[in-house]
Amino acid sequence: MKSDAINVPQNEIAAFLYFSPLSTKCFSAPFTMTKQQANWSPYDNNGGSCVAIAGADYCVIAADTRMSTGYNILTRDYSKICKLADKCVMASSGFQADVKALQKQLAARHLIYQHQHNKQMSCPAMAQLLSNTLYYKRFFPYYSFNVLGGLDNEGKGCVFTYDAVGSYEKVGYSSQGSGSTLIMPFLDNQLKSPSPLLLPAQDAVTPLMEAEAIDLVKTVFASASERDIYTGDKLEIVVINADGIRREYMDLRKD
Amino acid sequence: MFRNQYDTDVTTWSPAGRLFQVEYAMEAVKQGSAAIGLRSKTHVVLGCVNKANSELSSHQKKIFKVDDHIGVAIAGLTADGRVLSRYMRNECINYSFTYESPLPVGRLVVQLADKAQVCTQRSWKRPYGVGLLVAGLDESGAHLYYNCPSGNYFEYQAFAIGSRSQAAKTYLERRFENFMDSTRDDLVKDALMAIRETLQGETLKSSICTVAVIGVGEPFHILDHGTVQQMIDAFEIAGEQEGPAAEPDAAARQEAAAEQGGSTDEGVAPMDI
Repeated sequence: MKSDAINVPQNEIAAFLYFSPLSTKCFSAPFTMTKQQANWSPYDNNGGSCVAIAGADYCVIAADTRMSTGYNILTRDYSKICKLADKCVMASSGFQADVKALQKQLAARHLIYQHQHNKQMSCPAMAQLLSNTLYYKRFFPYYSFNVLGGLDNEGKGCVFTYDAVGSYEKVGYSSQGSGSTLIMPFLDNQLKSPSPLLLPAQDAVTPLMEAEAIDLVKTVFASASERDIYTGDKLEIVVINADGIRREYMDLRKD
Repeated sequence: MFRNQYDTDVTTWSPAGRLFQVEYAMEAVKQGSAAIGLRSKTHVVLGCVNKANSELSSHQKKIFKVDDHIGVAIAGLTADGRVLSRYMRNECINYSFTYESPLPVGRLVVQLADKAQVCTQRSWKRPYGVGLLVAGLDESGAHLYYNCPSGNYFEYQAFAIGSRSQAAKTYLERRFENFMDSTRDDLVKDALMAIRETLQGETLKSSICTVAVIGVGEPFHILDHGTVQQMIDAFEIAGEQEGPAAEPDAAARQEAAAEQGGSTDEGVAPMDI
């Protein structure tokens, strides 16, 4: 008997309707409908690493200057570091278009703050602002992994580390980006302060001198460049202290 | 101007084709304390007279920084002025954000004028009761504009608004032809002289006036009291009294020093929200 497993239509019009996307019938092989996946992503990862170290009266923020996409290099000379306020600097790795948009947002908000308060934003204030700005886009995040470094109101170094949606913490040192898995354990070994759970609360800032901290940063990036393909070309170091902000550069491996 | 049956609503014309509410708003500008502005090819100077309600209170803020390249001095209802300068600041920030370049002054004053015009054509609004002297620097040079509550704007070489501004205008009219080629310091000196004209005999001290400068290579900033007092003394334009110039100067300097130690603009609680 004609007992088809499925009722296949016998004439043209019915067949057109049956096999067209207008049809709502579900049927198994030979035609399988699977959910359409996105073939375009709004994000890209431009790679790179960032580091920040807080000292008693200084702060060192550093990032490499390589910008990549996939296995290619876009440029060897792109700064990931942005000065947000007099004593506050941010380094971000991840998707540089989002990073640029984030930097512009923060700069505009800082201008408004200056108009209203007649002074520059302090580093802790900027830290909170950055967190709020990131969380604002919780459901379409800035693909930006940030470290914020600067001097607090008393002139002591402070570093804040973030995830992409704004979760942040004040720490003595931090690294983000493609090389962070290589860099962070080394910084832990050299700089780790006693546990914050111990009372009385210990200072997280490193007792190292400014020159020693800069040396450490250079060592750390030289090592990361060896094994991380996205880190290299040039290292940009920004140092904030009571005298102001200064910039230094160091060459890294170009392969 | 006298009360009449056409002056209740801003949306009512008079038979002579006037909008009295708008004209009354311009009267409000004339009631405010004086503000003056003058410009050269490369610099613009704004000055204003600060009168505090009493010795106990701080004085009204009448000069606002809008952006590095634009500043504004107001006369009239200072609350309206504060709100408008916040609008101007926002416009500058948004333009900078989108175009990565400073907002041309000519554009800003048009936007401001359009905003003022809206209030002359809505029955549920009232005109802004403040006149604005907008000083700015852009690619086409240094500019000084005056924005009316009516929604009109004009560009000026030099201008004065507020109470007793006619005296300042007379002084400026005599001197304005030289302003284009003036140096920055001469421009500030002329501003101080113009302010003094509005004081009608009262001694000019840095405590009762505010001066702001913007120019090529010099972002908009308000001069601090010490600098202003120095300039007043240097140009010897304190007041009519000559003779023992040492005494009034020394007293004025002491006052300025006390002022600086006590409260500068930063010390006083910022009233701008």
